[in-house]
Amino acid sequence: MFLLLDEKKTNTKRDTGQSMTIEVEKRVSTNKQELNKPFIQFKDFNFFYGAKQALFDVNLNIPEKKVTALIGPSGCGKSTLLRSVNRMNDLVDVATHTGDILVKEQSLFDPMLEVISLRKRIGMVFQKSNPFPKSIYENVIYSLRVAGCNKKSILDEAVETSLKASALWDEVKDRLHESALGLSGGQMQRLCIARAIANKPEILLMDEPCSALDPIATAKIEELIFELKNEFSIVIVTHNMQQAARVSDLTGFFLLGKLIEFGRTETLFTNPNEKETQDYITGRFG
Amino acid sequence: MNLTTIKNKQTSKTPSFNNVKAKGEPYVWLTAMGLGVGLLMVVLLLGVIAINGISVFWPKKLVEITLTEQSDMKINGSNKIAGHISKKQIRKNGKKEWQLYVGNKDVYGFSFKFVDKDKIVSVERPKNIMSIERLEYGDAIGVPLWLKVKNVGEFAAGTKEFDRRLKTLIKGSHQLWAHIKQIEKKEIGKINRQMQSLALKKKVIGSKKEFDLVEKDKLFALDNKIELLQRDYQILAQQAQDLRVKVNEHTLGYRLVTGEEKVLPIGHIIHTVYPNKLNVWQQTKLFFYDIWHFLADDPREANTEGGVFPAIFGTFVMTVLMSMAVTPFGVLAAIYLREYAKQGLFVRCVRISVNNLAGVPSIVFGVFGLGFFIYFVGGTLDQIFFKSSLPTPTFGTGGIFWASLTLALMTVPVVIVSTEEALAAVSQGSREGSLACGASKWQTIQRVILPASAPGILTGLILAMARGAGEVAPLMLVGVVKLAPSLPLDSVAPFVHLDRKFMHLGFHIYDLGFQSPDSEAAKPMVFATTFLLIVLVVLLNLAAIIIRERLRRRYATSAF
Repeated sequence: MFLLLDEKKTNTKRDTGQSMTIEVEKRVSTNKQELNKPFIQFKDFNFFYGAKQALFDVNLNIPEKKVTALIGPSGCGKSTLLRSVNRMNDLVDVATHTGDILVKEQSLFDPMLEVISLRKRIGMVFQKSNPFPKSIYENVIYSLRVAGCNKKSILDEAVETSLKASALWDEVKDRLHESALGLSGGQMQRLCIARAIANKPEILLMDEPCSALDPIATAKIEELIFELKNEFSIVIVTHNMQQAARVSDLTGFFLLGKLIEFGRTETLFTNPNEKETQDYITGRFG
Repeated sequence: MNLTTIKNKQTSKTPSFNNVKAKGEPYVWLTAMGLGVGLLMVVLLLGVIAINGISVFWPKKLVEITLTEQSDMKINGSNKIAGHISKKQIRKNGKKEWQLYVGNKDVYGFSFKFVDKDKIVSVERPKNIMSIERLEYGDAIGVPLWLKVKNVGEFAAGTKEFDRRLKTLIKGSHQLWAHIKQIEKKEIGKINRQMQSLALKKKVIGSKKEFDLVEKDKLFALDNKIELLQRDYQILAQQAQDLRVKVNEHTLGYRLVTGEEKVLPIGHIIHTVYPNKLNVWQQTKLFFYDIWHFLADDPREANTEGGVFPAIFGTFVMTVLMSMAVTPFGVLAAIYLREYAKQGLFVRCVRISVNNLAGVPSIVFGVFGLGFFIYFVGGTLDQIFFKSSLPTPTFGTGGIFWASLTLALMTVPVVIVSTEEALAAVSQGSREGSLACGASKWQTIQRVILPASAPGILTGLILAMARGAGEVAPLMLVGVVKLAPSLPLDSVAPFVHLDRKFMHLGFHIYDLGFQSPDSEAAKPMVFATTFLLIVLVVLLNLAAIIIRERLRRRYATSAF
């Protein structure tokens, strides 16, 4: 079933690839009321792991201070796309790309751009919570520490604001100097969110932040995302379509490395333009 | 086909529960045997060493044996022998024989004597027999007769007054010896050092062909200073000499069971005891007294008597220096290999070479240390910094620094391999988390990866220390000596003397067991020293393990 669809899709895409993206762009531009101007802009972005192509001609405009969800089945390239934004893919030796990504109209691949300063502007939360083997306090202010900030008043304030923003403050305020590894799974993930926002980044990337959490912890994180979008532009990758529907303003659907459809979440979930999207969100495959 | 046939068919295919016999797992025996043999060897080895090593210090009862008149085992024509039984064995011809430690090497010329059991008439344990630990010739075993105290008089043995006087006199002589040592080592040593440096200055000025007036003045002043020091030296030497006379002015008379009478100056006595009068409590006290003196004293009589303190100290300092050298070196190399280097053929070759380096015989490292560190690096250092004292080498000869570096080189593969494993075990998630926070690669290594892998790195260090502390062969080439005049750390500036030669427990064992003139007499010391070396290695490891466990608790994510 999946294979069949697969073949069909590649056939159709080959002819309509170009027109597709134009269509998508059109659709995006019609949603002007929520997209005052593109914040993160993917331009004909292709991505390769060695000889294997993971992303095909992605053109995508992500707006500021909105939650953008990227959905799709496993291996469709949504995580790769996310990790391209803070150039985490640099860690992969064999990774190459063509096309460009612009943040505030500045290319991420500009040779003059220092990747460290880039990552300071972009926070990231990973699928598996990865607190450092340090105290809760030190975990939160890690990005400030590596940036060279050692002033206690600033650090204290950053800890309090970020932990409050990530709804963890009340639970840990009495044990800030205990090891972060003693927290529960949900708390650890919220700690990672606090860590990601401590340095006041502009963009927050979330790579399936709830996939390892139980429903209650998930609900807390989702609530948090809702709160955080007032301050940050959030891009969230998720497997969970209900989650995308609940938290996001915009949703992009990926299949086999291609952006199939991108638009307002309500529209995409209730009245998708593409058959693949329809099939995926109704649970026919994926 | 009815239901029963179907049932029958099923039972024939699937084994019924009743027919299956429980089978054992035979390979559990094979594997358990492997462990068992290893365990047995370890327990046996440690047991033999521990029992022999500890029993050295337990005070032994003395026996007085009367032999038959026809016995050919008489000493100096007497049929009495006294000593403690060190071994009971059966000869090849089936006869039982005892080995006795008879002491009194100055009289007999030997300290061990075998006697046939069937030639023994009687075995007694006389209360008044005394064991005297001396500065020379090992123990004396005999019956005390009298004590001559200068200007006071003579005291016959067997009275409370005798024992009290003897005790205070020995204590006094110990104080005098300490005083003599203070004068000879500290004060005269200080004068010697000053004279040496003055002589060097003189040599530097004197090496010029022509001197001007100022230099002549300087030479004159130097000569004056040397003369003054010489005078101080004379005074101190005379003091020491007087003390030496004083320490020996009282004497103890005793008679051996074989009849000879001997006179011993009190200054030669370290300790006296009536072994057969001791109760268990006194024995225990003596036991710990002996252990303490073994640990804290300097060796005597070609190392076969006295303590091993300089060897313990040398081993400890060398191991610490080695760890200080090998840890940064190995960890940095491993970080580069694992974190920075592009994994490929070259890195794999390097890794294989490092692993192979661990298999190179240690003596090869010793030769390398001698050739490279001592002759090349040390010789060059001498040429540059210590030219004035040449041809006496300063760093161009074996010393604790070069020995530590040689061992560090030998153990660096262990540290590299275990550090690499520890680094590899740090999750990719932690690295990405750190990088995503805007940390540079080095910040990530320093703040996240290294702390998380610290327990694994320490494991490597433990292995390196265990190997380094027990190594002997390379050390013989790069600075270990049988008897070092001074410790590598002391109160004389600059306090740490990296150029000094040192003593080492491993070498001490080799030297005692195989290089000493009387290997039978040295045997207890060999066991005790071996046991001590094992204890030292265990203690060093234990310290490292405790630190590691603490780190592990702190960084609980680590895979180790």
